[in-house]
Formats: sequence, C-alpha cells, structure tokens
Amino acid sequence: MKATCWMGKKRVEVQDVPDPKILNPRDAIIRVSSTAICGSDLHLYNGFVPSMEKGDILGHEFMGEVVEVGKGVSTLQVGDRVVVPFPIACGNCGACEAGATSLCENSNPNAWMAEKMWGHSPCGIFGYSHMLGGYAGGQAEYVRVPFADIGPLKVPSHLTDEQVLFLSDIFPTGYMGAEMCNIQPGAVVAVWGAGPVGLFAMASAKLLGAERVIAIDRFESRLARAKDGAGATHAINYEDNDVYDVLQGLTGGRGPDACIDAVGLEAHSDSVMYAVDRAKQAVMLESDRPLALRQAIRCCGNGGTVSVVGVYGGFIDKFPMGAVVNRSLTIKSGQCHVHRYMRPLLERIERGEIDPSFVVTHTLPLSAAAEGYDLFLHQRDECQKVVLKAA
Amino acid sequence: MLGVFSLTLGLAQLSAPERVAGLIGLKNNSRTRWAMRAIGLREVLSGLGILASGESAGPLWGRLAGDVVDLGLLGRGLTGGRQRRGRLLATTAAVAGVAAVDAYVAAKTSRNETIQKLVAPVHVVRSITINLPAEQIYQFWRKLENLPKFMSHLESVQDEGHTSRWRAKAPAGTHVEWQAEITLDRPNETIAWRSLEGASVPNRGAVCFKSSPHRRGTEVVVELKYEAPGGAVGATIAKLFGEEPGQQIASDLRRLKQVLETGSVVHSDASIHHGMHAARPAEDTETTKLTEGSGAQ
Repeated sequence: MKATCWMGKKRVEVQDVPDPKILNPRDAIIRVSSTAICGSDLHLYNGFVPSMEKGDILGHEFMGEVVEVGKGVSTLQVGDRVVVPFPIACGNCGACEAGATSLCENSNPNAWMAEKMWGHSPCGIFGYSHMLGGYAGGQAEYVRVPFADIGPLKVPSHLTDEQVLFLSDIFPTGYMGAEMCNIQPGAVVAVWGAGPVGLFAMASAKLLGAERVIAIDRFESRLARAKDGAGATHAINYEDNDVYDVLQGLTGGRGPDACIDAVGLEAHSDSVMYAVDRAKQAVMLESDRPLALRQAIRCCGNGGTVSVVGVYGGFIDKFPMGAVVNRSLTIKSGQCHVHRYMRPLLERIERGEIDPSFVVTHTLPLSAAAEGYDLFLHQRDECQKVVLKAA
Repeated sequence: MLGVFSLTLGLAQLSAPERVAGLIGLKNNSRTRWAMRAIGLREVLSGLGILASGESAGPLWGRLAGDVVDLGLLGRGLTGGRQRRGRLLATTAAVAGVAAVDAYVAAKTSRNETIQKLVAPVHVVRSITINLPAEQIYQFWRKLENLPKFMSHLESVQDEGHTSRWRAKAPAGTHVEWQAEITLDRPNETIAWRSLEGASVPNRGAVCFKSSPHRRGTEVVVELKYEAPGGAVGATIAKLFGEEPGQQIASDLRRLKQVLETGSVVHSDASIHHGMHAARPAEDTETTKLTEGSGAQ
C-alpha cells in the first residue's frame, strides 16, 4: 500500500510499504478514505519530537471503511464507515474508566521510553514517534486500529468526510481547550493561534457561552477565518499590535477570564525573546519555546484560567510562575481525551450547530502528501488545513 | 586460586615464550618473545603476591591492572595486521573474561563497602496498579504456567506439585533451568518462592496484592532478589544491552496488566519487530519476522 513516511527532518515521502495486519484480537483494519495533516505533524516534520525513525508512517487524523476485524471486535462490521480517535485507548484501565483516554495505561508498548522523558507514560498515538508506541499512522491507504471495539465512531452517510473527519482530533482538542476554561456567562476568552485547533477552540468557546472571543495570530487570512468561520468577535495581529494593551482595552483592564494556548512548542514572535528561545533550542538548552504561553499567562486576568492545548514535548525556560501564584491563575492542559467528546460533538454537527469543514483550504491526493506538508508549513496559498484523499 | 593461575601462566611465559605467543596468535619474533617474558615475570610476581597476602584485595587489583595492559597490547596486535586474527580475537575475549572475574573477586574481597555493593545480589522492587480485584490477579499468578505470558524472559514454568520447573532465556541464545518451591501462599494476598539448591542463578521473589485506596483496583508489588552472574556489576553491564532487571520487571508487570485488563499483550508494529521499527518501507521490514508473543519493548 501507499503510505506517507517520515524520512528525516523536513522530508516526507509517499512510499510502498507492507499492508497492515491484525496483531491483537481487538484490532481492525480500516481502508482510509480521508486523512488530514495536523499542526502537530509539523512538529514531527520539523524534527522537534524525539524517537522518530526513518520510514515511520505519519498521520493520526483519519477515517474510512472497516475492511477487517479481529475476533475480539463485535461492535464493528466490515463496511462500516468510521472516524478514528487519535489516542489509542483500551477502555479497561483506570484512566479509560475515568474517561481520560489519552492517559490509557495499556496502549503504549514503549511506555518505558515515555517514562524516561516524562516520568509516566500517556497513551499510544497513531504515527507519533516510538516513544508514543511506534504505531503506524493513518496517512496511508490502510491502517491498523487497535482496540477497535471502543475507539472508532460510526458516522452517518449523509455527512461528508470533511464534516466528520476532524472528530478524530482537532475539533475535540479545541473543544476540550474551551471546556477546560470553565466558561461562565459573559466570559471573555482569548485564543493564541488561529490554526485549525485554535479555530475549533474559538468556535467551542462560543458554543459554551463565551461572550467575547479574541483571536491572536499574525496571518490576516487566518484571522479572517477566525471571525467569519469560527465566530471570533475580535482579532489581533500581534505583528502590528501590542497584544497586552489591546486585550486590556477589550476587557476594561481586567484581562481575559481565560486564555487558550493553541500554539505550542514552535511559537513565533517578533520580540527579542524569540531570538533568545530559538538560540537556546538550537544548542539544546531548552526543547520548546513557550512564547505564546508566557504571553497568555501575562495577559490572563486575575483568578483566570490558562488552557494549554498546543503541543509541548519537553522543557521550557523563563516560565512566569510568579504570575501564576500571585494572581491565582489555574493552568489546565492535556492531550485530548477524544473518545469522551466524539459522540456529543457528532450530535452537534448533526444538529447543524457547527460545520467543521470550514477549516479546510486544500484537498490533495495522498500521493501529494509531501506537497501538503510544504504548503501547510510555509503557509503557502493561505493554507489552513490539508485533507488528503486516499481512496 | 587466581594466585595459582597467575603463577602457572607466568612460568609458562618465562620458559617457553614462543609457544605461548603462537598459542595466542601473535607472530613469533624477538619483540613478542621479550614482551612475553616481561608479562610472564609480572604474572609470577602478582601470583606470589596474591598467595602471600591471603585475604587482601590489593594484589587482585594489580592483576586487573595487568589485564587492562594485556587488552591494550592485544588491541594493538589486532589493529597491527600480519597476525592470526582468529586466535587473537579468541585470546582477547578470554582475557576480557578473566578481567571480569578479576574485577568480581577483587570487589568481593575488598574492604570498601561501596565497592562490595557492586557485587551484592540484585534486589528489585517494582509495582503496578491493575484495575481488577485481588482474587482474580492472585489466581492468574498462582497458576504458574501463566507466568511466561507476561514475563518475557521465561520460556516455560511447569507446576510439579511441591516444586516447579522454570526455564528461561539467557544471554547469547542460551537457556537456564532451575527448580523452585513456593515458600508462602496466602490466597489473594501474597505468593513467595525461591529456587532450590543447584540453580545456576539462585533467586527468590514475592508478589503482594493489596486493594488500592478508593477501590481503584489492586496494587501489585513484586520483589525479586537474585545472584546475577557478576552481581550488580553484571546487572550494570546488562543494562547497556537493555536487560537491566528493574526495567525487565517493570515491563513484565506492564504486560501482566495488559493481559489481565485488555485480554492480551498490546503490540504496535514497532514492538513486534526487533529494535525500533514501526511499519516502514518494504526493504526494511523484509528482514524482520513477526513472531507471536515477542517482547513488547
């Protein structure tokens, strides 16, 4: 089959690889119809995630048709059309029982590697390094899905792939980012990053009752989509404005009630600190550059919540802990527990409360995956979200 | 013992340097003969020193220093060409083995506690929480035939009534077998066992099951103690090859949890193939074979 393989820093190639096989009784094989490139795939592409090996198959946002099921799967049948959540979760362990599926205690066969890096291991993830399991990803014609009896969600045929595909990651991820803000009536929520996850965080904050939603980015096309598509009430281009001052102005000097970091470890800024953080990353003094996170903490109003859904992998410097302690801020974070959100969000889509397809700007065949990564990374042609068609 | 060995080797090198050189795989010329005589003299002196000093570790460290010098010389021989490489390699391996024994005995004889700790028996304690009642986990464990399902180094365990026969993989494709007996069996609480006399790696262990707070399943604590070949030094060396005992037990417990909670050991493409291979382009995967139940790590 054809699959998108990571061949080294800034190199992906569509290659011929062996078809996946059922390895555990609770596996299923899915023939992928649509798969997307995630912003977090760009962290792999840029070489910021350790334990990637040449040839690893990428992709954790995908959907398709069930073509084979293991003998332990009774909830799916060959021919079912399903969306697959990116965290691999068993449904039996303590974390899964508590609904925290991205903390599944059984799905990472390389847990020892993650334990060395982070102390404890989270779940395994499709196509996201050996430290997170060494699972082949879904930017391919076929993919093996473990624990298929509890993961994949059947989707109705009247919804298009583009309307349901993002239930695999970015819609639930953005939604959880907003949910962690504990939004009260009249709340002001500021979102750093108007990429796909940021857009879904904004749309979700509106769904959850925020009165003002403020988008922060440096690309006008993204800020426009934030206002037109995601329902942001205000947009700030940080290259032309002092974000802190503008937010003060929009909140009567209080600062937002909640700030969402939908940027993560490769933040960009025009400040001196950007150069400092880049230099430190280059010589391995820090692995992640937390420019958006620092600004979100500084801007957040007293007693507010900073919700982090952008991906961080390792260590950050100059973390403003003084602001957190002295101003009673709450920091919440996590990889999304997608399983928990898929069904209720599908219902919102079916009721017409949101149409997630608004984030898509490019649709390419799977064979053009390398071009898709390049478009997305360099923001060419106002690229916001790339969907690859595998069938 | 090591003293006698030194003395014999030294006398042989002094009396017939050309024959020893040939045996080792070195060219027979005047330089190697003189080197042989010098090393022989060193061996005789060190042998006498060990025999004379009785329990002291000093001369043993001297032997180890000698081994290091020899390994250096052999290394030069190997890179120098014109020698008999096969024999030289065999000799190097033999000297490295002797050096390991020397280090072990010297450390054991040493009065320094820190150094003594290096050869103490390996003692590992690891735990995991399993989302099932203690009875179920106890019953699974007590059926000793189940142990190889999650202990990756075990090949089989046969329950023979009062005793049991264990067969395990050992380094370099070898196997070890031993007999063990259960020394304590408190249903749903504790099982303890120890190897019977004659085991090549004397070992004992225990597993406790206790309910975790707020009914979050059962905490399983495993304690293992064994005399690894080479003691903790051996364990440290093994660590370099990924077989560190603490890691091994932790991974075994993780597989136990997977088997009991999800029904089987969880595999990814990378955990099935050897090394760190995910599903990769065809030319890389053709050399690896998929084997049922291969190590999940």
